[in-house]
Amino acid sequence: MKTSTPTKALALSLVSIALLAGCGGGEETSKTQKPKFEIDKDPYPSTYQPVPGEPTVITNVTILDGIGGQIDNGSVYFENGKIVAVGADIDVPDNATVVDGQGKWVTPGIIDTHSHLGVYPSPSTRSHSDGNEATKPVTAEVSAEHAVWPHDPGFQRALAGGITAMQILPGSANLFGGRSVTLKNVPDRTMQDMKFPGAPYGIKMACGENPKRVYGGKGGPSTRMGNVAGYRQAWSDAQDYKRKWEQYYADYEAGKDPKVPKRDLKLETLMGVLDGEIIVHMHCYRADEMTVMMDVMKEFDYQIGSFHHAIESYKIADKLAENNVCSSMWADWWGFKMEAYDSIKENIPMVHNAGACAVVHSDSDLGIQRLNQEAAKAWADGKRVGIDISQADAWQWLSANPAKSLGVFEQTGSLESGKHADIVLWSGNPFSTYTQAERVYIDGGLVYDRANPESWPVSDFELGQVGEGDAK
Amino acid sequence: MKKWIIALSAMMACATASAQQIAIVGGTVHTMGPMGSVENGAVLIRDGSIQSVVNADAVPEGYEVIDAAGKVVTPGLFGASTSLGLVEVGMSAGTVDSSVVFGETQTAPVSNVGAALDVQYGINPDSTLIPVSRVEGVTSAATGIGRGEYLFSGQGAVITLSGGADSVLKPKAFMHVDVSNNISERHGGSRAALWVMLNEVLGEAKAAPARLGPTSEWHGITTRADAAALKAVVAGNMPLLVTADRASDIRLVIDLKKRNPQMNVVLVNAVEGWRVANELAAANIPVILDPENNLPGSFDQLGATLANAGRLHKAGVAVSIGMDTHNIRLATQHAGNAVANGLPWEAGLAAVTINPARIYGVADQVGSLESGKRADIVVWSGDPLEVTSHAEHVFINGEHMGTESRQHKLRDRYKNLASDVPMTHVRP
Repeated sequence: MKTSTPTKALALSLVSIALLAGCGGGEETSKTQKPKFEIDKDPYPSTYQPVPGEPTVITNVTILDGIGGQIDNGSVYFENGKIVAVGADIDVPDNATVVDGQGKWVTPGIIDTHSHLGVYPSPSTRSHSDGNEATKPVTAEVSAEHAVWPHDPGFQRALAGGITAMQILPGSANLFGGRSVTLKNVPDRTMQDMKFPGAPYGIKMACGENPKRVYGGKGGPSTRMGNVAGYRQAWSDAQDYKRKWEQYYADYEAGKDPKVPKRDLKLETLMGVLDGEIIVHMHCYRADEMTVMMDVMKEFDYQIGSFHHAIESYKIADKLAENNVCSSMWADWWGFKMEAYDSIKENIPMVHNAGACAVVHSDSDLGIQRLNQEAAKAWADGKRVGIDISQADAWQWLSANPAKSLGVFEQTGSLESGKHADIVLWSGNPFSTYTQAERVYIDGGLVYDRANPESWPVSDFELGQVGEGDAK
Repeated sequence: MKKWIIALSAMMACATASAQQIAIVGGTVHTMGPMGSVENGAVLIRDGSIQSVVNADAVPEGYEVIDAAGKVVTPGLFGASTSLGLVEVGMSAGTVDSSVVFGETQTAPVSNVGAALDVQYGINPDSTLIPVSRVEGVTSAATGIGRGEYLFSGQGAVITLSGGADSVLKPKAFMHVDVSNNISERHGGSRAALWVMLNEVLGEAKAAPARLGPTSEWHGITTRADAAALKAVVAGNMPLLVTADRASDIRLVIDLKKRNPQMNVVLVNAVEGWRVANELAAANIPVILDPENNLPGSFDQLGATLANAGRLHKAGVAVSIGMDTHNIRLATQHAGNAVANGLPWEAGLAAVTINPARIYGVADQVGSLESGKRADIVVWSGDPLEVTSHAEHVFINGEHMGTESRQHKLRDRYKNLASDVPMTHVRP
């Protein structure tokens, strides 16, 4: 388990980029042509190494496979970091470690699309506050990955809640807050050690109150009109920038020796969105604003991956389904600001019921520790008003749908053969207040074992402090 | 207090006229009183008050029956620490009486340490938050100022969530002071200044004459109004809620109580409370906390753990849970998580019912299902601390409250998105 396949694939692609950069167009073009310039799209490559695991089978458990299936009294077998078999009756090699899950449940690991762990870490001192580059409304050039403090104790707490991967986002002060990064929840020495191999970048955008509150007295925007004008101008600039690069490549292919355009890191991120390589995650509460943003999306020909918070998604669930935009939602947060006033507890099931993509997210270092309970509340609230969603289907809100909205569903987010063995063994039905994650596996490695306090991870910050190694 | 008793009698007289008798029959009744839990029980309500809790087969004739078979019946929930009724939308919008900020220009300060501030004047029974919380089983709450610039955040009140004109159950129900890391610059940004000031003003309140009128001599550093308010605190007639997290800060709170045994001291937040649990129990100091607070948010919370509530209870400390405003309805979930991490289930339910009622001196009216108390009762679909359960019936003072809030109306309006008419014409 020293090198996983994704790591290899990434290494290969890096080699090819290097080759391209080194010898691009060297053979047939004119001798005066300088080497072709290629932007390195992965300058902070993942150094993630899975925790070594052993071939393991969890037996006698209720399985939610994360894509709508429930298997009672089933088994899950995984080895070399990958899921091999899931079912009521599966073949398991003799050398496999057997975990008897009698009375317990197994699900895919929970993936949080909205976390600020590491960029707004604990302790929340001003010195640690690295989540919002709130100096100008468009800061698409910054990246959350350059600020993630891997020693945030919040990562370990989230692990005990069954979180196996998460997207770390910049905050919502800006129209464009910067790039996000997706991490495996295996905190180590560096951000790169946690970085999810092969996961695309996201970009944080924000609607509504926050940008206008932050910039209203600092040159604007001070209204929602100003917000939208800001997005539109930025997209227009990005289109122009993209054309420059396209011209450069076209000229180069034509044998000319064009001047390499100056890199503009802000527009480069936006160009990545226009090229479909970077996924838009947009903080947006109100239905009317989300609808305007879906028109902006069409005007400039890009795709929004997910609206975040999406308090009023229930009002436009049909439009969200039509436009293939996910909603990352809380179960019941409300009223802390005007744009959160029309929150209802049935938002998540109503979005799901309309055929749109529903995601349960946290935006909280406490909430991330019990996202299963958030889903449970939403599931129960839906059921109460006749929206009968099975628990197996509801689990999509916690793993498959977030994985899709982060662009990592090929690798994780469901219990399917060949996928990463990102698995949680719960003490019982996870749609309950009392149920806890007993074991958490990431890429087949046992990274959390509630029964073995000696094995609990402790962040650098908590070493030698009051309560080191305590039950958290 | 006298005024309050008169108001109550007037209300009772009013209710007697209707002579309403209701029986909630067949559920598992957790009385939170000396009767404990009664399987297949019945709660008898007469004229707004609890008459008795009996076996389901002992319900007399003449009662309107609410079927609670297979359900769980508890006292209404008591929000232990909220700003309910004082705030609509906190940030950049709406009514906010839960924070107090005087400008620089305040000329004749009525208060210079905040003790005189009194939230009873800010409580709005029509606040949207009231029905949103009530339909989830919250029937009363302590409400106070959440943010201010003074040493004390003023005098809070206990309210009922009936939404009626008589919503203030008990004005001047508590005083609050924060001695944790949140010390403002106004207090030197240091415990070295804050505690000296706190001891000083409590000391001078003690020394102040019983009646402090405009013609009385007064040389204290606080205003007369502050001293008058603090007089009730030092006499033990008004509980002093003290927010502290660090073990050493909590020890100072315990010392304060030891030096002033007549004072009614309550510890709030108490992230490291478990480290001094035995001392808290010995000093008879109850605690209001958020059991989910398990991160070292600051350097005075390094010992944060989900085991806090359970460990405090085990040592004999009375634990109350429910620190929120818009989402005080999640107190049951918080209590459930405390139970998942070591708090016995009964103590979890006590933490959201009888324990806070005792802290605020209203346990003679609310917090348990006992004869003569207000009939504030909830019928739950199942275990109230379980996230998948919900409140099916909510009674306040014997009145069967509606099960709808603004949020339900919004939900029902948007149930069918393929409406032929504009949504504003859809009236659920």
